Amino acid sequence: MQPKLELLTPGLISRILDEAFQLMMKPGIKVQDAAARDLLAAAGSSVDGEIVRIPEKVVRKALESVPSTFFLYDRLGNRRVTYGGDAVHFDPGSSGVHVLDPETLEHKPSETADLVRLVKVAEMLSAYDAQSTAVVCNEAPKAIGDLYRLYIVLLYSAKPIVTGAFSLSTLHTMIDMLAIFSTSTSLSAGGSRAALAEKPLAVFDVCPSPPLIWSEFGAGNLIELARANVPAELISMPLAGAAAPVTLLGSVVQHAAESLSGIAIHQLASPGAPIVWGGAPAIFDMRRGTTPMGAVETAMIDAAYAQVGKSLGLPTHCYLGASDAKIVDAQAGLESGVSAILGALAGVNMISGAGMLDFLACQSAEKLVVDAEAIGMAKRLVAGITVRTETLATALFEGINFKGDFLKQKVTRELFPLEQYLPSAVIDRDSIRGWQQAGSLDTFARARARTRDLLAAYQRPAMAPEQERELRAMVQSLAKDAGMEKLPEAE
Amino acid sequence: MSTELFPKMSQSIIDGDSDAAAALAQQAVESGLDPLEAISKGFVIGVNTVGEAFAKGDAFLPELVMAGEAMKAAIAVLEPEMQKRGTARQILGKVVLATVEGDIHEIGKTLVGTMLSASGFQVYDLGVDVPSAKILAKVKEVDADLVGLSALLTTTMVKQKEVIDVLDKEGLRKKVKVMVGGAPVTRDWVQKIEADGYSEDAIGAVAVAKQLVGAA
Repeated sequence: MQPKLELLTPGLISRILDEAFQLMMKPGIKVQDAAARDLLAAAGSSVDGEIVRIPEKVVRKALESVPSTFFLYDRLGNRRVTYGGDAVHFDPGSSGVHVLDPETLEHKPSETADLVRLVKVAEMLSAYDAQSTAVVCNEAPKAIGDLYRLYIVLLYSAKPIVTGAFSLSTLHTMIDMLAIFSTSTSLSAGGSRAALAEKPLAVFDVCPSPPLIWSEFGAGNLIELARANVPAELISMPLAGAAAPVTLLGSVVQHAAESLSGIAIHQLASPGAPIVWGGAPAIFDMRRGTTPMGAVETAMIDAAYAQVGKSLGLPTHCYLGASDAKIVDAQAGLESGVSAILGALAGVNMISGAGMLDFLACQSAEKLVVDAEAIGMAKRLVAGITVRTETLATALFEGINFKGDFLKQKVTRELFPLEQYLPSAVIDRDSIRGWQQAGSLDTFARARARTRDLLAAYQRPAMAPEQERELRAMVQSLAKDAGMEKLPEAE
Repeated sequence: MSTELFPKMSQSIIDGDSDAAAALAQQAVESGLDPLEAISKGFVIGVNTVGEAFAKGDAFLPELVMAGEAMKAAIAVLEPEMQKRGTARQILGKVVLATVEGDIHEIGKTLVGTMLSASGFQVYDLGVDVPSAKILAKVKEVDADLVGLSALLTTTMVKQKEVIDVLDKEGLRKKVKVMVGGAPVTRDWVQKIEADGYSEDAIGAVAVAKQLVGAA
């Protein structure tokens, strides 16, 4: 039995959806993209300037065509991520603008070398089922910032990718870049957009603007992704008390209205295209005016909206496992660990946020290494308690004769790796003297050592030379146009 | 002759498969292989492999213990043959092991016993809550080279000192080395009670024991 955290009664879920449908009629949704407005109008919504009043039946029809489950694949064509049901996966938080320097503890503007380092570490850690375009590369031209990040991740990783586009023209290129690596299916030859649609390698985050707004870019993004049949991930971000009602439930209603209107636009553009009920909400800190990702109430909003999404049979995503601390300290550990566990218990399919400090602004490879342990524990927890032996205990007592000799049983050796999550050396379970002999290292120091080891052991996944040439050629000309003379190559 | 058995013997220990180890030992006896060679070129290689893997964190306690058990099973089959041949396995030393009086914690001590016996020591494990007098009696009976004393509680570790005092009183202290172990045992404590050695874990205990009997 997978243990579950449910914060809402069925009655409350109905009320949330009912009020979300009311909001979509009054005040309606501000849709700043003409094509999206046309789609909604043609389906029976009323349009007044940018304001669209979307009737419940339009949304209900859209919900009927949304796939309840889809998968992400790695570059070898293996299924690696299940979006649907109560499957739980984790990926590093994305789009950080700083990295934590492990030596000086400065928050430095992130550059290509930092992204490469993060991707390598995440590639080595089985806790991460997918990569993310974890930081922006500040030295790369803004015009190609999004596709440049994807280029770097593709060079160094074979895992599925959680990414996002910054403009519609770059979105086109990013889909083409991914299509190079799509593997053949029974219907389509590899290397094509059709094959990518059948076996997607990435999911694209798409954000509404709180409250209740779909920007021209956001809505356009949804339409493009739907038509390319590339998975979209809704990232609604109500800020409880600032850009959303102060109550957790009020924010969950707003999340539902923004997400449901997004699904309507998306499914009207292409019924049956995959889309995820995701988000990155937060409460609003009333002392500092900040958006704490490590607050328990932030996790409660996530768990609640995930429950709403599940009631509609949708794949889910949230932003947890991050911390607002500025270094990898006790606060970072507790906020990331607690929220990762809550997200896992809520059965969220993709939990983004690991590695992140400072309100999702700063990524840290060392924190990714620490968070991987919290994720290992969270995954163990949701794997639940399993009956592994014919009798639970009585047969295991045969021959024991009041002695603590269970270590001698074959079954102990067979089952302990299933029963116990085996942490890496980042988690200290040594005796006090063993710990002292190893240098009396704290968590961060142990994480630095493990990061060094992982980087040393990292090997770049194989990439066919013709695919690499095609990828470089695709990015090269755009980079040049944007003012970047030389595109970095894989080391 | 039968040298192809050696890797299988070693593997049976690595697999912690007592049945296979005993069967291979039986095969060795039947084919006339020298039991000593079966041990030194076959089974012990497996014990060392598992021990090294454990020290590196690549193997775990169940593997270690089962390797020790498989070793025991092999030796039990080979022992009568050695007696018949008038040879004996070279014993590194005789060890009397006990958890001291008032203390019933034995997992660590049992592990040490398993590893010591797998490594070539003759181990007499007296169990838990063993009075000092009983330990002394066993030491005399078997003419022990080493005594290993375990205590998990700060309240019972004083008994480790009591055993040392008793051995001293009997004039055995020069001849019999004393190893102590258990969670509360520190280097300071070892010096204070004038024990000869201590270790953090079962693998370390084997190294200390070998050193104390001059077999390192």
